Amino acid sequence: MPLSKFIFKRIIQAIPILFIVSLISFFLIRMSPVDPLAELRLNPSISKQTLEYEQKRLGLDKPIYVQYFLWAKSFIQGDLGTCSTGERVIDKIKERTLNTLLLSLNVIFWTWAIGIPIGIIAALNYRKAFDRILTILSSIGMAIPSFFFAILLLIFAQKTGLFPIGGLTSFDFQNMTIFEKILDIMHHLILPTIVLATISLASLSRQMRANLLDVLDSDYVKFAKTKGLSPFKVIFKHALRNAINPLITLLGFEFAGLLSGAALTEYVFQYPGLGRLILEAVMKSDINLVMASLMIGSTMLVLGNLLSDIMLKITDPRVRI
Amino acid sequence: MKETFRELLKDKISLIALIVLIGLYTAIFLANFIAIYDKDFASRKMSYAPPSNIYWITPDGKFSKPYTYNQIREFNPNTLETTFKQDRSKKYYLKFFTEGFEYKFLGLKLHHHLLGVEEGGNLFLLGCDINGRDNFSRLLYGGQISLTIGFLALFISFPIGLLYGGISGYLGGKTDIIMMRIAEAIMSVPSFYLLIILAAILPSGMTSGQRFMLITIILSFIGWAGFARVVRGMVLSIKSQDYVTSAQAIGASKLRIILKHILPQTSSYVIIAITLSVPSYILAESGLSFIGLGIQQPDASWGNMLKEAQEFANILYRPWLLTPGFLIFVAVLSFNLIGDTIRDILDPKSKLKI
Repeated sequence: MPLSKFIFKRIIQAIPILFIVSLISFFLIRMSPVDPLAELRLNPSISKQTLEYEQKRLGLDKPIYVQYFLWAKSFIQGDLGTCSTGERVIDKIKERTLNTLLLSLNVIFWTWAIGIPIGIIAALNYRKAFDRILTILSSIGMAIPSFFFAILLLIFAQKTGLFPIGGLTSFDFQNMTIFEKILDIMHHLILPTIVLATISLASLSRQMRANLLDVLDSDYVKFAKTKGLSPFKVIFKHALRNAINPLITLLGFEFAGLLSGAALTEYVFQYPGLGRLILEAVMKSDINLVMASLMIGSTMLVLGNLLSDIMLKITDPRVRI
Repeated sequence: MKETFRELLKDKISLIALIVLIGLYTAIFLANFIAIYDKDFASRKMSYAPPSNIYWITPDGKFSKPYTYNQIREFNPNTLETTFKQDRSKKYYLKFFTEGFEYKFLGLKLHHHLLGVEEGGNLFLLGCDINGRDNFSRLLYGGQISLTIGFLALFISFPIGLLYGGISGYLGGKTDIIMMRIAEAIMSVPSFYLLIILAAILPSGMTSGQRFMLITIILSFIGWAGFARVVRGMVLSIKSQDYVTSAQAIGASKLRIILKHILPQTSSYVIIAITLSVPSYILAESGLSFIGLGIQQPDASWGNMLKEAQEFANILYRPWLLTPGFLIFVAVLSFNLIGDTIRDILDPKSKLKI
């Protein structure tokens, strides 16, 4: 199947999933008997026109299934309503989604940059000291609760003063030059990245090690060895590519895990991401915001899976849906 | 099964992990016997009291029965600091196998305790929290929730996943497509987002028993869909085998074929998946309680106890408040290690092993 057809088919498949997700997002939240605009009504700074507009947009006087279609229609048109602080939901979500993407991509980059080489070294030292130490370390890395690890790192930051305590930007961020701004954001990203990367790193390096061990056991690698190729060439030219391929499918899962795991980490580090946004929205029962961020989070996940499938198709054309 | 267990014991690391888990579960099973204070104990004067020191050598260098001193809270109006000082005027001796508050154990009314202290003395092995509640006793009561809720959720979510995957794979066709799209949609919602939203729509004003039950049900929502998908894949390959066709030929019902002939074939995968997913349920509960949407005060769970560690003053000056985090870590690590070993035993081809 050519690549373009594959991508097309895969996108068509994603549509019913998104439809069901939207049903879940809408009806799950509307199950609770809260007036979706209650918080907005309580805020005196929100004008009467906005309230009337929201009421009309959500069709609150109509039956629930009509409300669903009205909500879905305005969602597709990009109108996500107003949140309880009076800001437009879409602006808020845009900013937070970008922050979460920044954190997640950063984490994925570091896990791959560190995890793959570690996995390779461990596989080449199968059952030797390095391999054993790695296994112990990765067990520890997988077991540590993210929020607890985040707290421990915050203690470290507080005691040494080496790292900022939470947030994404310093208080004087506005007055910085572009270069300083980038450095400042990177400085704030270090600790959350360490927390999230530790967990993904443990499983990625293990998987890489296992895959490479499997491939090294296969006939074509044995054949390449007997043919007299240097071990270096065998590993890097023949074995490695096939060992990495299955990991690309994992990328989609990793992204999913990151979105979920990041919520708690964002909460502890006071990081302005999507996870913390949805948490705050839930606590304040800001219904517009909850529905929209749940939908956006799920859409990001579906897109992540889509991208990893396409990448897999490019590296390994044998894949079929 | 016996063979698996024997091999499990041969592995040193999983043996240690197993012993740790048995220790933890015995402790929470006997929580009332081991705990020094009852569930409702709180002493406002003892807010954030540090752990009691236990001595067995008297100031003049002689051995003695273990004893402790009471702590007195002092408030310095100039620096606005509260400090605790030992009241060295009176020693309180520790008592073993002593009598204390009454509790129910397996239907019996008991008042025996492993450890206590003389009348009038306080014994806080791991300090106190903000409400002056004994951290050590609460760790035991909290463990009762944190270490069991995951298992209960598993017993709900795995049968659902098995049946769902079994039906979807066996029936095939349109049913399969629709069922799998629904499962994929549920997998597409980031699981923690789903958890907090489900927990948030719970009505308020429930008893702690009802809340425990509903949180268990909510936790079982995560994980079943992914599990069902793998089971479906396995069923697809099993259903074309000869013994299934012969069962069809003698007219066995579809449900019977799925339950009796197909699903048992997936058992080794199921065992592996169960042991490997216990930790994620424990983590989910503690995370949910940590942000205040799971088990609520005054009930203890390791997650909601760790909530207090969110404040900087607490983590810097009152490190004993971090103990629930260490216990979660130890429990999860032990489950992971055992799960890994079981997978290696049941699936010898897997190279993830040590």
